[in-house]
Amino acid sequence: MTELFLHQQWLIWLTLLPLGAAVAAFLAPQQARWIGLATALLLPVCALAGILSVTLTHADPITAGGWPTPLGIELRRDGLALVMLAVTALVGFIISCYALGYFPVHDRHYDKVRYFWPLWLFLWGSCNALFVSGDLFNLYVTLELVTLSSVALIALEGGKQALAAALRYLFIGLLGSLSYLLGVGLLYGSYATVDIALLGEMISATRLNHAAMALMVAGLVLKSALFPLHFWLPQAHTMAPAPVSAALSALVVKAAYVILLRLWFEVFPALDTFAVGHLLGLLGSIAIVWGSLMALRQERLKLLIAYSTVAQIGYLYLVFPLAQPETMAAAWTGGVLLMMTHACGKSAMFMVAGTIHHTAGSDRLSRLAGAGGPVGVLAVVFTLAATTIIGLPPSGGFFAKWIFINAALVTGQWWYLPIILSGTLLAAAYIARVLGWAFLDVKRSSYPVIPWVMKWPPLVLSVIALLFGLIAYEPIQIALIGAPVHGSIMVEMTP
Amino acid sequence: MTTPLLYAGGGILLFSIGLHALLIRRHLLRKILAINIMGSGVFMVFIAIGARGTDAVGDPVTQVMVLTGIVVSLCFTAVAIALTIRMHNLTNCTTFATDEESSLD
Amino acid sequence: MSDLILPAILLSSLLPGLIIFTLPEQQVTLRTALNLAGALFKLMLVALLFVRVAERQYAELRLPLLPDIELVLRADALSLLFLTLSALLWLLTTIYAIGYLEGSPNRSRFFGFFSLCVSATTGIALSGDLVTFVIFYEMLTISTYPLVVHRGTPKALAAGRIYLAYTICGGLVLFFATVWLRSIAGPLDFSPGGVVADLDPALYGSLAIIFALLMLSLGVKAALVPLHIWLPSAMVAPAPVSALLHAVAVVKAGAFGIIRVVHDIYGLDFSAAQNLLFPLALLAAFTIIYGSIRALSQNDLKRRLAFSTVSQVSYILLGVAMATPLGTIGGLVHLVHQGLMKITLFFCAGNLAETLGIHKVDEMDGVGRRMPWTMAAFTVGALGMIGLPPLAGFISKWYLGLGSLAAGQPWIILVLIASTLLNAAYFLPVVHRIWFIEPRQDWPSSSLRGGRETTWALLAPPLMTALLVILLGILAGSVGSALYWVELIAAREYGL
Repeated sequence: MTELFLHQQWLIWLTLLPLGAAVAAFLAPQQARWIGLATALLLPVCALAGILSVTLTHADPITAGGWPTPLGIELRRDGLALVMLAVTALVGFIISCYALGYFPVHDRHYDKVRYFWPLWLFLWGSCNALFVSGDLFNLYVTLELVTLSSVALIALEGGKQALAAALRYLFIGLLGSLSYLLGVGLLYGSYATVDIALLGEMISATRLNHAAMALMVAGLVLKSALFPLHFWLPQAHTMAPAPVSAALSALVVKAAYVILLRLWFEVFPALDTFAVGHLLGLLGSIAIVWGSLMALRQERLKLLIAYSTVAQIGYLYLVFPLAQPETMAAAWTGGVLLMMTHACGKSAMFMVAGTIHHTAGSDRLSRLAGAGGPVGVLAVVFTLAATTIIGLPPSGGFFAKWIFINAALVTGQWWYLPIILSGTLLAAAYIARVLGWAFLDVKRSSYPVIPWVMKWPPLVLSVIALLFGLIAYEPIQIALIGAPVHGSIMVEMTP
Repeated sequence: MTTPLLYAGGGILLFSIGLHALLIRRHLLRKILAINIMGSGVFMVFIAIGARGTDAVGDPVTQVMVLTGIVVSLCFTAVAIALTIRMHNLTNCTTFATDEESSLD
Repeated sequence: MSDLILPAILLSSLLPGLIIFTLPEQQVTLRTALNLAGALFKLMLVALLFVRVAERQYAELRLPLLPDIELVLRADALSLLFLTLSALLWLLTTIYAIGYLEGSPNRSRFFGFFSLCVSATTGIALSGDLVTFVIFYEMLTISTYPLVVHRGTPKALAAGRIYLAYTICGGLVLFFATVWLRSIAGPLDFSPGGVVADLDPALYGSLAIIFALLMLSLGVKAALVPLHIWLPSAMVAPAPVSALLHAVAVVKAGAFGIIRVVHDIYGLDFSAAQNLLFPLALLAAFTIIYGSIRALSQNDLKRRLAFSTVSQVSYILLGVAMATPLGTIGGLVHLVHQGLMKITLFFCAGNLAETLGIHKVDEMDGVGRRMPWTMAAFTVGALGMIGLPPLAGFISKWYLGLGSLAAGQPWIILVLIASTLLNAAYFLPVVHRIWFIEPRQDWPSSSLRGGRETTWALLAPPLMTALLVILLGILAGSVGSALYWVELIAAREYGL
């Protein structure tokens, strides 16, 4: 019985189930909510079963459709794929619950409800497919699926600004992925394979390969919105409905980053990455400071959160310069940890912003006045989720920053220290601004009634974000399965 | 200069022309065209790579990739045109409005 | 299995707090029951642990966080000192807060964060290594902010901003110093004699810088001058919060952290040999005098008490910085004694504000006739602060004086004398006003049954703590007193 359970091809179901459900939800719009909810309930189970089947058994590699490898597609089942699937399942489940309240049955904008569920399930399935893809071309296709569904979801509000944001995101997305695809073509030309593992063994430091690396990195940087290519992100994340914003910042931005992480640690090590790594580190540093400063200036909650995402992406790019030989495992783990915890915290924050927008009619910060009072759960959710953005213990953000600072100290790259520390201070400042409004006591004539699915699911997510540092041991152990890096996470300095 | 290299060079050239137009042109339809030209350039590079061998039919894998790429690009073009039409209906405008920041609420 | 008592102590306040967050505002009975049950349960568990630690059975629990970082909970004699204080005062402050906030809005939020705050303090007491300490220390920062701004007025929010600015900056420096120390010294378990003594002498320069950073960052919460600014402005918080902040939670967390770093990370021998403690002693001495002088000119009662706290907490640091057994005893025992005395004073100040609307010292003429019991407790606390024998404050000062002689630093005696005179100068006039000056107008008479001066919930806690101040002074030599326990800690620390 257990054998049967563990040897199911769970990872394939993680892609097939949401894609099938998306089609069903599109064909039966009346039942879309229930199809969505059922899928959202099933997918975490599949993800858990998939993780169990990989960690408990050493089953044969899975190939889609059962075709042998050159023809079929072999799924990646390493730790990075597993933790990203798990985070996607968790965040996706919460977003789905929240969306039940955000898009009520009798909405006057029936189109929104009708198209949200198919598109969202499509996005979810594409993300899952991306995380288990093991070759460069599949990564391209899945990344395009993610972008395509994101574009449609951003346009869901239907206003002219939403349309413009969606179109702009579409152009950016296509530009990025074509640049990436050209790089893939160059690599294929040299080695006649797009398999990440094979490429990693064969690649050598030629000029053409460096050009390919530059094209791919540029494309992925554009898609994951690293400064100065972040210009499209605030608009896109702000214009989308709240559940979509949550998914975009939690999953979609990470999708491009995961590809870059795989390339950097599995394909590029043989190339000369010194200059590119430091360039990415520099841009990341600027992103941290610039994004935080911009967040500090915003008057609207969603824009504030979006700029905070720009800053957090900056931290993710510090991984590349910090991954020196002795700190390789540390930097990689720090990046993965930050990705996981940021996904939980940031999506919870966007949901709070959405609830405030929903009930107060606007997400201006001044509308938050009194939110800490009788509807105080919003303020609590926001505070808890913000701990990981600031990097306060015991959140995952705290330990990620710990790892980064440690790596910077050990590798002697002290110039990243003031960046990380000032980023933390600025984050505390912009969060404190929000809290200042939320705890301001005002007498309201009436208090909004918030559906419970818009209250408690985000709270769950923010509590997980807050406590992630305490429960990170197992996820990190899983992430390190088959990881391309080896060594100690907490490196000690030698005098 | 071999034929495949000529095609590859042509593909890169197309990619650059498309990129230039995407950044310079304001009309949305032109931007969509530009993206398509970029895509064709990339596909040409792939075909050129596949045709390098001595085999008369070329590398089937690159052809499969290009076919997939064309499907993806078709989908994107369709969505982009749909969005452009919606935008034109709403605003009577075929470019990105420059005063988006002013009326956010 | 028996080590599960440590997380149980943590959860005894954390769980009620989390449940209280979800309760609707009107569920007064359930909320009160949860609060009191949690506080009593915690006190019981602490008593159990107390017995075990007295018999030298240390409890320890390790939970892996990252592949090379652990959460370490451990109960040794020093943690028990702080833990007992916080568990006892939490119970009293909870009772007081229930009475104080009766009928006011947002009580679920208040008691939720109140419990989180106490959980964080408990965690600080039980931390077995510096990493765990940092985690709970920062948790305390966050959970206290909503309490400071609880009233939601622009003034409260401004105070909250100042509080956050100081504590977050301090926390950041602490975080950085800890990461740095961890990267050169490896695991940072609290252990007698410290963990850095065996390191390469080439690192001593870095160690000294890290020590300075640690002292500065912990000094923010311990209100070392010039990092004390936030403390007087945080007085805008409701009285139970001020009481808790000053007696156990925030200020003491800083002082406790400094004790831990000096004793159990750097080790007394190492820090004395490297001359790390003398600057600390100087800064503490300066803070003692400065705080007292500023307290003299404060007319707002709570602000006067706040500056008094600035001054009194540095007694603890001064005792630690002497690095002699007697000085350590004086400092540690003051951790408990100051907590009890200061919480008494704040309870009384709260009663005055709540019952009669008195906030200023010059409004207190003859108030002893209207509220004799409250003012009797206040007088005991104030005289204890001055160090009048046989009250608890005297014991602390006596040992501090003896310690300074043993350390061969007689200048500290001068500081103590000066500070005592200043204490008298800012407390005695208040006591004089209370009892010996005719009231300017008639106080509104009590509306309570039997003409009681205020409700039991507001009256009982200060009376209890005042009684403890007297008992801990008179019975200082007997088994079970704070002094007895502290002597035990010092004996273990110095291997006597």
